[in-house]
Amino acid sequence: MDTEFFEQLALPLFDSLYNLAHWLTGNRAEAEDLVQETYTKALRGFKSFQEGTNIRAWMFRILRNTFLTSRSGLMARNTSWLEDEDTDMDLTIAHTDTPEALLLRQENQQTIVDALESLPAQFREIILLCEVEEFSYREIAEILSLPIGTVMSRLYRAKHALRHALKAPRRAQHAL
Amino acid sequence: MHCDQDGAMLVQYLDGELSADQASALQQHIGECPRCAAEVSELIGLKHSLRAARSRFTPTIEFRRKIERQIAKPRHNWWRTRFVSALATAAVFLVIAAVLWMQRSRHTDSLGEVADLHVEALASANPVDVVSTDRHTVKPWFQSKIPFSFNIPELTGTEFSLLGGRLVYLHQQPGAQLIFNLRKHEISVLIFQKTTEISNALPAGSRTEKRNSFTVATEDSQQLRFVIIGDADANEMQKLAQLIKIANE
Ligand SMILES: [Zn+2]
Repeated sequence: MDTEFFEQLALPLFDSLYNLAHWLTGNRAEAEDLVQETYTKALRGFKSFQEGTNIRAWMFRILRNTFLTSRSGLMARNTSWLEDEDTDMDLTIAHTDTPEALLLRQENQQTIVDALESLPAQFREIILLCEVEEFSYREIAEILSLPIGTVMSRLYRAKHALRHALKAPRRAQHAL
Repeated sequence: MHCDQDGAMLVQYLDGELSADQASALQQHIGECPRCAAEVSELIGLKHSLRAARSRFTPTIEFRRKIERQIAKPRHNWWRTRFVSALATAAVFLVIAAVLWMQRSRHTDSLGEVADLHVEALASANPVDVVSTDRHTVKPWFQSKIPFSFNIPELTGTEFSLLGGRLVYLHQQPGAQLIFNLRKHEISVLIFQKTTEISNALPAGSRTEKRNSFTVATEDSQQLRFVIIGDADANEMQKLAQLIKIANE
């Protein structure tokens, strides 16, 4: 075990680990606890860490598993975690939706943040791993301990749900 | 025109998860299908907006420092770290040896306890309290902690090197445990004052005996009693015992 080596590899991930932790837990105090515990566990487990392994995926996996056993993680699972992978949400693509969709512009950052926050934790998590951390599906499968097929379908449903959430407020406004 | 394009494919396409062949076929379809083109442009917009989530939450400087300290803490003790990793291979063996040892000798004599101290130091994540190869650093560290003083031999020209030391207790008597390295072997030298308790507990005089996987050598000076324990061969153990004895005469 070489702590200097660990420091070199793991410390650059600090900001993004924190960002995800905050997204997952929803507040600073718990995000800090989560990140701290992640580093503690990682440092302890670094001995068994195989060189050549993807340290980013490894660290995020630890963070994610730690989150699941944390208070906010358990709460998220009880409230908004969709357990069933095969839940048949309406998956027919939004081919019928008008490209009013181009409302999805940077100018409305708050909208996307709100929409993301309104998603079930499981969807929020996979979108963050894919879009924010830019992990490959294979890495996401590793982090979430899921088969790659499940990653694909969950991600697809998550993006679908996100788009739905983005449109919902706009529709409500139009209805007024 | 009817389009039966799988929507999930479009997502995978934008996530860069399709093979080159799949991607170029899809690209061609998108060029011909307004529905899929609209879908893709919406997905691109979504990807784009999601950048807002990228550094939405930033850690405080205080928290960053805290984590940095947490990680960096053991680094200053790099000797300790190296020491631990050198021991890692021997650890399993040592634990087995220790169990055998304890089964046999726990209740029979204090050498068993000495062996426990040795194994405990080697198996511990923090085997030494004072980490230094320099006898001039190690010795003063003990001065405020034990009611006697001792000398550490000059090791230049020998194959032994000093790894560090720690404070130990045997029969409630404080003592010094020095850990030396000899090639792949770690050897503990335990030093106690000749109190009644220690004299009763540890056999007097110079002798060397084999106990399970360990060799134990004992030595005396006028004031002190030394126990040298390790898995090096008996000759080497005696050599170290002699060096310790001479340094303290
Ligand atoms: Zn199409």
